[in-house]
Parts: sequence; C-alpha cells; structure tokens
Amino acid sequence: MSAVTETPARARLVVIGNGMAGVRAVEEILRLDPDVYDIHMFGSEPHGNYNRILLSPVLSGEKKFEEIVTHPRQWYADNDITLHAGDPVIEIDRQRRRVKAASGLEVSYDRLLLATGSRPFVIPVPGSDLPGVIAYRDIQDVEHMLRAAQDHRSAVVIGGGLLGLEAANGLMRQGMDVTVVHVTDSLMERQLDKPASGLLRNALEKRGIRFMLEAHTAEIIGTDRVSAVRFKDGVEIAADLVVMAVGIRPNIALAQESGLHCERAIVVDDTLQSLSDPRVYAVGECVQHRKSTYGLVAPLYEQARVCAAHLVGMGHSRYPGSVVSTKLKVTGIDLFSAGDFIGGPETEDLVFRDPRRGVYKRLVLKGSRVVGAVLYGDVADGPWYLDLIQQGRDIASIRSRLMFGRTFCERNNAPLAASETA
Amino acid sequence: MDGVSPEGKLIKTTCPYCGTGCGVDVRINNGVVEVSGDEEHPANRGKLCVKGSALNETVGPGGRLLYPEFRRALSPSRGRRVSWDQALDHVAESFAGIIAEHGPDAVAWYVSGQLLTEDYYVANKLAKGFVGTANIDTNSRLCMSSAVAGHKRAFGEDIVPVSYDDLEQAELIVLVGSNTAWCHPILFQRIVKEKERRPELKLVVIDPRRTATTEMADLHLPVRGGTDVWLFNGLLSFLHQHGIEDTAFVEAHTSGLARTISIAENTAGDIRSVAAQCKLQETALSEFYRMFARTEKVITAFSMGVNQSGAGTDKVNSIINCHLLTGRIGKAGAGPFSITGQPNAMGGREVGGLSNMLAAHMDLDKAAHRDLVQGFWRSPVIADKPGLKAVDLFDAIDQGKVKAVWIMATNPVVSLPDADKIKRALGKCELVVVSDVMARTDTSEFAHVLLPAQGWGEKDGTVTNSERCISRQRAFLPAIGEARPDWWALSQVACRMGFAEHFAYESVHEIFDEHARLTAHQNGPEDALPRYLNLDGLVGLDRTDFDDLQPIRWPVPAAGKGSAAGMSLAPFSDGRFQTADQRGCFVPTTPRLPQHAIGDDFPFVLNTGRVRDHWHTMTRTGLAPKLATHVSEPFVDMHPHDALICGVREGELARLRSRWGSCVVRVSLSGQMSRKNVFVPIHWNGQFASDARVGALVNPVVDPVSGEPEFKHTPVQVEPFLVSWYGFAFSRSRLPMTEAAWWTRITGEDFARYELAGRRIDKPWPQWARAQLGVAADDAAVDWLEYEDQSAGIYRAALVVEDRIEACIFVSPRQDLPSRAWLSGLFGKSSLEDVDRMALLVGEPFSPGEDTGATVCSCFGVGQKTIEKAIEQGCHTPSALGRKLKCGTNCGSCVPELKALIAQTLAPA
Repeated sequence: MSAVTETPARARLVVIGNGMAGVRAVEEILRLDPDVYDIHMFGSEPHGNYNRILLSPVLSGEKKFEEIVTHPRQWYADNDITLHAGDPVIEIDRQRRRVKAASGLEVSYDRLLLATGSRPFVIPVPGSDLPGVIAYRDIQDVEHMLRAAQDHRSAVVIGGGLLGLEAANGLMRQGMDVTVVHVTDSLMERQLDKPASGLLRNALEKRGIRFMLEAHTAEIIGTDRVSAVRFKDGVEIAADLVVMAVGIRPNIALAQESGLHCERAIVVDDTLQSLSDPRVYAVGECVQHRKSTYGLVAPLYEQARVCAAHLVGMGHSRYPGSVVSTKLKVTGIDLFSAGDFIGGPETEDLVFRDPRRGVYKRLVLKGSRVVGAVLYGDVADGPWYLDLIQQGRDIASIRSRLMFGRTFCERNNAPLAASETA
Repeated sequence: MDGVSPEGKLIKTTCPYCGTGCGVDVRINNGVVEVSGDEEHPANRGKLCVKGSALNETVGPGGRLLYPEFRRALSPSRGRRVSWDQALDHVAESFAGIIAEHGPDAVAWYVSGQLLTEDYYVANKLAKGFVGTANIDTNSRLCMSSAVAGHKRAFGEDIVPVSYDDLEQAELIVLVGSNTAWCHPILFQRIVKEKERRPELKLVVIDPRRTATTEMADLHLPVRGGTDVWLFNGLLSFLHQHGIEDTAFVEAHTSGLARTISIAENTAGDIRSVAAQCKLQETALSEFYRMFARTEKVITAFSMGVNQSGAGTDKVNSIINCHLLTGRIGKAGAGPFSITGQPNAMGGREVGGLSNMLAAHMDLDKAAHRDLVQGFWRSPVIADKPGLKAVDLFDAIDQGKVKAVWIMATNPVVSLPDADKIKRALGKCELVVVSDVMARTDTSEFAHVLLPAQGWGEKDGTVTNSERCISRQRAFLPAIGEARPDWWALSQVACRMGFAEHFAYESVHEIFDEHARLTAHQNGPEDALPRYLNLDGLVGLDRTDFDDLQPIRWPVPAAGKGSAAGMSLAPFSDGRFQTADQRGCFVPTTPRLPQHAIGDDFPFVLNTGRVRDHWHTMTRTGLAPKLATHVSEPFVDMHPHDALICGVREGELARLRSRWGSCVVRVSLSGQMSRKNVFVPIHWNGQFASDARVGALVNPVVDPVSGEPEFKHTPVQVEPFLVSWYGFAFSRSRLPMTEAAWWTRITGEDFARYELAGRRIDKPWPQWARAQLGVAADDAAVDWLEYEDQSAGIYRAALVVEDRIEACIFVSPRQDLPSRAWLSGLFGKSSLEDVDRMALLVGEPFSPGEDTGATVCSCFGVGQKTIEKAIEQGCHTPSALGRKLKCGTNCGSCVPELKALIAQTLAPA
C-alpha cells in the first residue's frame, strides 16, 4: 500500500486509540476549533467508539450494544475525521513524525496524541491461555461471555473488584452459577472500607453469587477448554468459563518502543504533554500524571479537556490530577466512594449506620476538610461530597450535620449554601 | 369514703396545691378525668392555674403505693407486701411498746398541710389526748408557723383578718416575700384583674428577686434578704413621725405601743440608715413609706419570704404593728394578710396540728384549755407541754430520744433543712412508718412500714384555705389498690392501742362533726373561754349535709345564736382581739441579721422557693407532662458577674456547697438576681435528679419563737461542676441512669427524658449507649441507628421497635445538642416516617420551622419561638398574643413572661 506523502493543508493530528479518552479529546478539540487539525484516528477495534462503562449493562442484558455506541462511523465522516478502525498502529517514528499501522499504512503527524488505554492483566498461571478463559475489557469479551452463558453452567470470576463484580452480576443475570474468587479478604478494597464491602458481599450473596475470599489461583485446568480452577490450598472448583478481572495495565508498549519516557505509564506534565517529545501528548489510562494513573472515566475526561486546549493552542488550563469517585453499576446496589476513604493517623471519621435500611456512610475528614467518602445504600449526596472534596471546602461550621446531607447543611443559610456550587 | 363519680356526673372538689384553695369541677367522660374551675367557688370563680388544670394528669396509678409493705430500711427495693391488719398491728404494738418502755415522748408524728382537717384531727387527738405527747408537728412548721406565732402574739389567737374579697377593695396591696404570680397564681390574677379595672389600685412588691410578680408591680423594693424588720420598723417610725396614726383605735384597742415605737425609732429611725441596711434606694423606700402613709385601704400580704426566716415571727409582727398603729385592720380592704402555702395549712392549725398547740385554737400551756379539751375527748391524759418542732423533732430522732415516727403525706428527706441529717436520723430510727400515695420517695426509702394513702380524687373531707374558707375535697375515683384514708389508719392504730371507743369513726363526717363540736364547746357568748374559731353552725351535719357542704368562711355561728362568742364575722371589726385584755398587742421587734452571714468561704446567699409549674417534692406534679415543660431542670439562678467570678457559665453545671451539704444544678442567668444572691428551687429530689436536693444545703437555723427554719438565707459557695460530656436520652420506659455523673428526669407524654452529663466512660460510646438503653451489645436484630464523630466525641443513636421510636440518646462534649422539642414529638407518632427517620439523628425536622422552642404557656403549650414570631407579626400586648395564640388566656400566670418577651423582641437589637 502506498504511503500518504502529500503535505496536508492543515496541521495533522494523529490519535492512537479510538476509545473514550481519544474520542473525548477529539471532541474537545472540535468544540474549540474544528478547523485547526486534519485528524486521523487509529483503533484496534473494528468499529466506532462506544461507552465502555456501559458494557456491564449489556452483559446483564439491561442494554443492547447499539445503545452504548456513542460514535458510529458516520460521526467521524461528519466531522471529517479519517478513522482507521481495526488497524492498530504498530510503530511510531518520532524523528520523521510518522506512525505505521498494522496494515502497513503510514501517516505523518504534526501532533501525536496517545490514547492507547490499558489492557487487562492476566495472571500468568498454567492454563490461563485455555479457551474459555477471558478478560473483561471490550465488547468482544462481553459477546464471548454471552455466548458462553448460552451453553455453559458455571462461571468463575477471578477478581472481586469493580469489573469482576459487574461481570459476575451480569453472568448471574444470564443464568450462570457464578463464583467470585478474590485474593484479599474484602471486595473492592480499593473503593470500599471493610464495613461497606461486607454489606456489599451480603447483598450479592443474597442474589446468588458465591464468594471465595483470600483464595489464590494456582492453576486453570482443562484440555480443549477450561473445566476447573485449582487454588494454592488444593481446593478445586468446576468452571466452564473463567473471567479474569484482576486489574488493568497501562498499554504503553508502543510508547516505550518509540523511546517516550515511561514509568508505570507514559509520563506527562500538567498539560498532558509527554516529557520526552513536545509534539506528543497522551490522555487516559495510558497516562501517568504526578505519580498517579487512573482507571476511571472522570479523570480521563478532565485530561481530555486540558489536553485539547493545549493542542489547539488555547493552552492556559492545567490538569491538577483528579479525585476519583466510583459507582458500582449493579442494579439495586447503591454504592459510592470517593477520595481517600481509608484515611490515616491524621484523619477523622464520621460514621453513620442504619442496618435496618441497609445504609452505611463514612466521611473521612482531614482538618476541617472532607477528603474521602464511602456511601452504601443511600448515595444521594455522593456528588455533593465529591464536590466538597474537590473544592476542599472548610466544613467546620456544618460538621455536625455534614453526615446528614446537603438538605440539612444548606438550610437556614448554613455557610455552604452561600458558597458557589460546582 | 370510696365515692366514685358516675360517668359524666359533676363532682365539686378543691385543689390540693397552694393555699388559695380553688374549687375544682370534675367530670369523668368515658373514663377520662376532666377538670375545670368551679364557677361558684368564692376563691377562684371558675379560674384554674396550670397546676390545677393539669390535676387530671396526676390521678393515674403510675408509681402509686398500692399495698401496705414492710421494708427493711435502706433496701427500698425489698418491700414485702402485708395485709392492713399485719401492718396496723405492727405499728400499734411497736408504738405501745416504745411508749411503755420510754414514755410517750419517745414517739412522734410528722404530718402535713396536705392532710385533710379530719386526718389532722384524729392524729392530733391520738397524740395529745391518748398517747399523751405533743410530739406531733407538721410541714406547716416550714410554711406558716411564723405567721401563726405572730398572730398569736398580736391577736391572742391564730386569726387571719383578711379575705380575698378585701384584695379587691384595697387601694394599696403590699406583697412581702411572695412570688404570688407563680405560687398563688389565681389569687394574683384576681389582683391583676382588679388592677386593670381600677388602675388607682397600687401594687408594691418587696422581694430580693425580680420575679413574675415584680413585673406587674408599680414599685419593687429588692430588699436585702433578712432585713424586713428594719424595713417595717422604719415604716412604723415613719408613720409615727408623720402622725399617721389612728389614735382613737390605738388608745381603745391596743397595748404596748410606747416600747414598740421606741425600739422601732432606735433601730430604724431614719430612712437613710434603713435604706442602707436594706440595700434599697432611699427614694424608692420613702416612696413606699409615703404610699403606705397616704393610703387608708392597704393590705400587706406576706408569704414564705417573711415566714421562712430566723426572724420570721418578728417580721410578721413588724408588719402587724404598722396596721395596728394606723387602725388598718378589721376593716374592709385593709389588714395584714398571711397567704398560706399549702391547701390545708390552716385546717391543720384549726385542729391543733402543731406541736405547740392543743386543739381548736386552744393552748397547751393554759390549764383551762387542757381541761376543756380533755373533758371533751374524755381522754385518759392530755399533753401539757409543747412538743418538739419539726427541726428539733428530727434532732431528737437523731439523738435517739424519739424512737418511733409516723410520717404522713410529706417528704422531710427533701424538704427539711440540713436534709442529709434527716437521712441519718431516719436511718437510725427504730421504727419509721410512712403513709404516702407514692411507692418511691426519698423518704419512703427509710421506712420500715409503708401505708398506702389515698390520693387527691380518692380522699374525702375538708380543707381550709388562706382566707379561713372551709371547702370539701370530694372523692370521684375509687381508691387505688388498698389505699385507705389516713384518719382510718390512725383510728385503727388507736383502737389497737386500746382506745377503740374514742376512735370508732365510721365515716369522715363524724370526725368533722366532732371537730365542729369541739370548736363550739363552751364557746358561747357567755362562756369563759371564747375562741374566735367557732363552727357551731356546722355541728350535727349528717352524711348528706356534709356532702352538700358549700364553701364557708369561719367563724360559723349557729343559726339564731347570733355571731360566735358574740363576735362579728369580720375579725376585729369591733376592735376586740382574743387576748386576755381583748387588746391587740404591739410587739417590739428588735431587728437582727440572719444567724449565718456570708463570708469568704461562703460568699453567696442561697434563697429557695417554688417554680410556677411544680409543687413541693414533685410526687404529683412530676407525673404531669404538661407541668414538666415550663422549668424542666433544677437550676441555680445568679447574677452574671457572680457567675463570672465563680467561673460558671449559663447552661453549664455548677456545684453549690454550704456548711451542711451540696447539690449540682444547671446555671441560669435570668437577670432576676442581685449580686451575692443565688436562687435554687425546692422541688427536685432523688427521684428526679442525681443531686439536686437543695434541702441538704439549707442551714438548720430556726426562728426562736415559731421554730420555722431559715430557708431563704444560707451562705453558700458556687463552683463549676466539670464534666467531659453532656447529653440527653429519651425512653418510653424508665432508665436506671447509673453511668451518668449527673442526670435529671423529665416526664413527657409517652416518654421520660433524661438530661445527662458525665466524666469518663468505661467503654466506647456505641457499647455504652446500648447498655444505657438496655440493648444487647451484639444483637444484630435490633433496629439501631447510630451516628458517631469519634474524634469530636459526638455520638447519637436511636432504637426503633416496630417502626416506632422506642428510645434515643445524644452525647457531645459541648452544650451543642439539638433541641429536644421536635424529638419529643416523634414519641407521639405511632410509626416513624422515612423523612423523620432520616432526620432523627440530626434532631431536627427535615422540613424546617417545626421547632416551637421552650414552652412559655403550659396551659395551651405555646412555645417561645412561636410567640416571638407572633410579636414580630404585630402582637405587641399579651392580650393580642392571647387572641392569636391563646397563650396566657387560661391561668394567666405566663402573662408576665409574655410581657418580658414582648419587651425583648421589640427592643432594638
């Protein structure tokens, strides 16, 4: 295939990664100035962009794939974006400012935006490559699981985190016997404190999901297809489907090969510009900013906004990092967490318990500011707490009512009613 | 005696609280007791105060003593139910035994102004005529005895020469040492009403405190406590110096003027020195003197501020002297007027219920009187020397001289001075018999024998109020449990002691008849021993007549016989007194300061008294939610500067100490106290608070003549009571309250509320709170909501049972706990709505504005916030507020507070 050589009328932006981060960044650019770039987008998946967050509802049968597609091919055409779907970039030549795709297609760039996201981590145990052992990352995985649900009974989900539990819930809804296997003693330990995760476990067990905590997978057994999972302690459970949801790893192979400075991920500054090459920017799960990487959607949107501003030369805003909040997308279970909800020696806890109503709330304070929140059963005030955390507002004056929500705190001109709302 | 009102039938009876003696109409409609003022009763003409209006809340079986019990003293829990026969036999035998071994003076009765005249009569007859001891005294000693002594010194007999109607004819009313607005609300309302009708009627109030009463006064003299004699000696000499004298009257009908005047002039000859001594402004003082001088129709009404003093009797006489000098006595709208504290203080006096009286206004020390009474009683013996007065009586018990005491309808462990000593004394006493309506009082904890008495609504007999008006207390409920009349229990013991024929009373009217006959006995115009107290006209009433008896003021001459003992029905209107020479006596009164002066160790004067909505030791008013809202906690009121000096803050706790005892109460800075003075209410006790018996502090100083204790002047110190946390709890059931260093129990509708404070707790708040509310620590099934801010030391929890709130508890290291008003309301709801459940631990309604604030008008339950709003909306007079919110339109005792609120709210901030 012949290389594209003619110099473009407009500066060219090549975006590697056709996922939520990449597309959001492009959207922001178009919003600021649709004419500044001739945009090429490369993606490994053979279709337009969809809302990855909504895969779980698709799996649980609450949504159809069409419903979660956010950017059909037509959108790219309408916005005069050249989409190379299903043709991943395999090489970046930063000297000559060109990228080379799997198809051999080469495209030169003036600016390069990396949005390569992350790939699921697969525990390197024997049998992890057997058919019927999959990760939970994209729509193919979902389709695979749905097929498996048709003609198989028992599923094992390895990983009791956000994704794992959503997968387990989905598979259960599809009629499979689901066992969730988790290495630590509490589910979603990165999003929940122990009491909340206990409540969550009870709720899911009521729905029929089985749990094996502090279970270390030793081997996945099977000949032509997975048949069982064995643990370090020798215990063995049957499985016709194994879903690995033990976490993600930033997808940085390409960046590393092209010599961009990476640590856990591609290191960027507050403008999302790579440290090694002023022409190269990066957003999303493949980014390491101020030592943190993010696996959630909210930060990636914030990054996209800042990054786009700089790419179109309207650079003034800075990305300071994000306070992340989580919501579990399992219908009927209201769960919210944000910020540093584990706390430490210098933090203080506010705790509310109403077991009868299945409500548990914990706010973590540092000085007179909220730094973390865990809400279970009643998450109505989640966004408000997140706002308090992000704004770093002084809550001393409403501390005694804080736990009871915005309504009580902002009545009779309580201090926060006056201050601006996010 | 167990009269029961048929459904709907109207029963007329008399209020059992203050000495006003209001008539009460009672109806029972499908089991619900309804009370209202008796339109026909001369005392109240249809009005009732808050306490009276809430009487129906106090007649339930809750907390009542139902059966006779034997108790091992100091283990009140381990009472053993016995039959009346066992109990009465035991009492009779023990009394007889002790009398046989140690003589009659080794036994004693300590009775009460709460007793009916008939109960009193039997007790007095048994003690003085048959046991042969005068060791029968009454809590009237703490209330009226100085007035009695003053009357006897001046008039020769204990006669109150003024009636309520006179108040409405007076041109000047001087209230001395009386917070009438709170303690005799209906009487005060009559004065206020008359004042509105006749603005020229002037009201002067002499009281160290600013009170609801002083609010309504034309002139308030904040006299220094204990200096009243200077003030009235000053008045006497002022009148003398300015020739304001009824010379003819003085010449013809009095004696002892010269000496009295000279002492008055020497001790209080010039206004300046009097003003200095009494800590009054000279101008205000002379204003009062001039008002008194220029007004013919003047009534000087006095109460506990005068009586409860080491110089009480002199205070009374110094007042009477002024009326004698001006001849303003025995005339319509004029005279010295003792307002009694208790419903039947006067009835007790009529039958001789004090240890220094005999019976029917006759004297122990007069042989002729003794013979008359003994002859009438046909009794084997007759006490011939005064017995022990209340304070001495308990000293004698403490010293083991008195070995058996029968306490009736009173609570000396709470109400007597140096009350801890009373505990000690009773703890040692060989036999303590207690007749009471309530199962648990601070006093009953020391009883060996408990006898269930009838409560108001079950009792049947007569009482006499402050204006000598005898009215009936009628039964409208069946006696609860095995409660019997006190006269019956006394008679039964008398019978068992071998005096059957003299105490064979079948019905209460027989006792009244005997009493009436005794008053008339040898009391005709020609008889040698005339007594003004004469009920000749009431002799021979049968059961029906007795039941139909209308309120009547003594003396009651027999029809046809003309006035009793040839005397006019208005006392002294003919200038004749009951002294030997029939002259009224001027009594020289040399002023003296209270025995215990304040000093560096004890720099404040402790004053005690009542609050509006409670009565004595709360055994009854403590049961009425309606009465718990006005003042819900024991408090010490003091001057802000003094508080600053003592390092105590409003709303926090303070410990008061005297040489005799201590208590811990909430600090209030109402602005009503002058420097160096503190006030603590008398009501709270071990049943309602951890440590609030003010009686424990009061000095056991008594008036040398009357033996009445000095309740209004005890040197004390005030210090902060340091606690590390404050809190409150609500519970549908009564809680043990063992963990808190300080607590008060407040009765509410369907719940008890506890105000709490404490030091360290031995376990984390969640466990502690569960323990307090009696919830198993690890019981996951219970519906238990909780909120904890551990580092701030804040914890809140609620227990919900079947969607209904059962209990809740709030603690905080600061006084920043939410308002109790809204939470109280939740206990009225049969089920807890979600919106309430969410708000529960905030302690505030989800929709703001439901909190009406502290109750001001108890009758209609109108809160301060509501009233303030109404004032802002333009109600600038109490009557306007009344029209809008009804507050102050029933008993009117909150009107002064309404006025104050109006003033505050309208004052430019």
